[in-house]
Amino acid sequence: MIAHAIFFYVFSLIAIISAIMVTVSKNTVHSVFFLILDFISISCLFIMIGAEFLGMIMLIVYVGAVAVLFLFVVMMLNVAQQKNQWLLSEDSSGHIPIGLIISALIFFELIIVIGGWKYKPDLFNSDNLQISSELSNTHSLGQILYTDYIHVFQISGMILLIAMIGAIVLTFRQREGVKKQSYIKQISRERSEGVEVLDVPSNKGVKIDD
Amino acid sequence: MEYFDIIFQEVYKILFLLVPVLVSVAMIVWLDRRVWAFVQKRQGPNVVGPFGLLQSLADALKYIFKEIIIPASSNKVIFILAPIITMTLALIAWAVIPFNEGQVLANINVGILYIFAVSSLGVYGIIMGGWASNSKYPFLGAIRSAAQMVSYEVSIGIIIINVLLCVGSLNLSDIVLAQQEMWFIIPLFPMFVIFFISSLAETNRPPFDLPEAEAELVAGYQTEYSGMMYAMFWLGEYANILLMCALGSILFLGGWLSPIDIYPFTLVPGAVWFIFKILFLFILFALVKATVPRYRYDQLMRLGWKIFLPFSLIYVVLTASYLFYFNLLPTN
Repeated sequence: MIAHAIFFYVFSLIAIISAIMVTVSKNTVHSVFFLILDFISISCLFIMIGAEFLGMIMLIVYVGAVAVLFLFVVMMLNVAQQKNQWLLSEDSSGHIPIGLIISALIFFELIIVIGGWKYKPDLFNSDNLQISSELSNTHSLGQILYTDYIHVFQISGMILLIAMIGAIVLTFRQREGVKKQSYIKQISRERSEGVEVLDVPSNKGVKIDD
Repeated sequence: MEYFDIIFQEVYKILFLLVPVLVSVAMIVWLDRRVWAFVQKRQGPNVVGPFGLLQSLADALKYIFKEIIIPASSNKVIFILAPIITMTLALIAWAVIPFNEGQVLANINVGILYIFAVSSLGVYGIIMGGWASNSKYPFLGAIRSAAQMVSYEVSIGIIIINVLLCVGSLNLSDIVLAQQEMWFIIPLFPMFVIFFISSLAETNRPPFDLPEAEAELVAGYQTEYSGMMYAMFWLGEYANILLMCALGSILFLGGWLSPIDIYPFTLVPGAVWFIFKILFLFILFALVKATVPRYRYDQLMRLGWKIFLPFSLIYVVLTASYLFYFNLLPTN
């Protein structure tokens, strides 16, 4: 048990410190790397409580895909220019109260959620889910998701799909005058279409292109 | 005291796994070059040691004694971290690979997800190296490679779902044992082909070696690296290739199972069959490298997203409906 506790504290310390570093570090790319470290240590915590499937999915989805997109966007920014002291500058002082209000709201929401969970045990009662201890974590997750909560699961899938289509529609723009390569055309090109044998009279030449 | 005993045992086991893996990485580099040379009617490395077997050792010594140059304008911490991450991630995935029944370092329930997660982390070594070099070619190479690896991971994930539908477990040993009747390459042959091509793209092998396309990008993300740090990228790359070959033989070629389950074949230990299968897949990798020209980048993206992804998705539906209709779905 001692080793377990030590590992728990190590991972949670790394998680907290890297979460702080995400907001504090001045270099945006470093922030994303700290965010990745945070994701990794949280998935380690998931694995430690026996939720191995969730931990691995966390790694695959957040670290393997979402954070790569973050990095893409952040790397495209001109980091050298915006490495300024935005926090200390004059324009930023107007934004600080708004940020403080929002973070206070989120903080109280978190407190309410955790408090509600603690004082209302009936709100989420895991006893009636009938999780047998013989099944592995993945099996029991699948059984619950695809039986008891199938509608919620399907609806959340639909919402994600709609969001995806919406994002594509918003960013998709048909531009005029873009030259595109057609694969079918390239592959199905024959010699007769591409090459023309001409008899070139000397000292006169031929007109090749119009 | 007990902890120390456990730790000592584990370290012993890990060393017993890692040292052979590293030695075989060095050997397959030699094999790769020999096959490549064979196809092109050259000799290949044949001077150092018998048949040139010690060539990789000589190369490694050369790399160790070379000076490590860190560019002045690079981000030094991340620059040094990148090859270390590549190498570590290529090696830790071997922890869950079963070499025989029960011969596995960590027999975890979600083994296949673990390998998938580790290989999806592999992209960070390349991005970090490319970004920290603070130079144009490495950066372009890193961006290309990130897009490429993320795209092909999607189709690999769906191919894995195909196999998992037939197995009903995420454990790698269970996946191998489910193939006792029939290797999955027979019912899922199209998936095996797509898996093979996707793993070529995932490991940045030719014809998908765009991140380091020497004609366009000098050496891609490795341009600014030198000495041992370059060698670590290189070792990590080959360890990843070997891992993909091992994964392919576990998913489709029946892992440690012998091809025919009769007397003289069953005498050969399972680990030997497994190594033969890995070598077979690796020689295929090397032959592809020797024969196929490089893809254009837009063709690569089109192949991943517009052909492999829909095709493997349709195959998931087909497999699932077949198993459901004939009541073959695995139960625990």
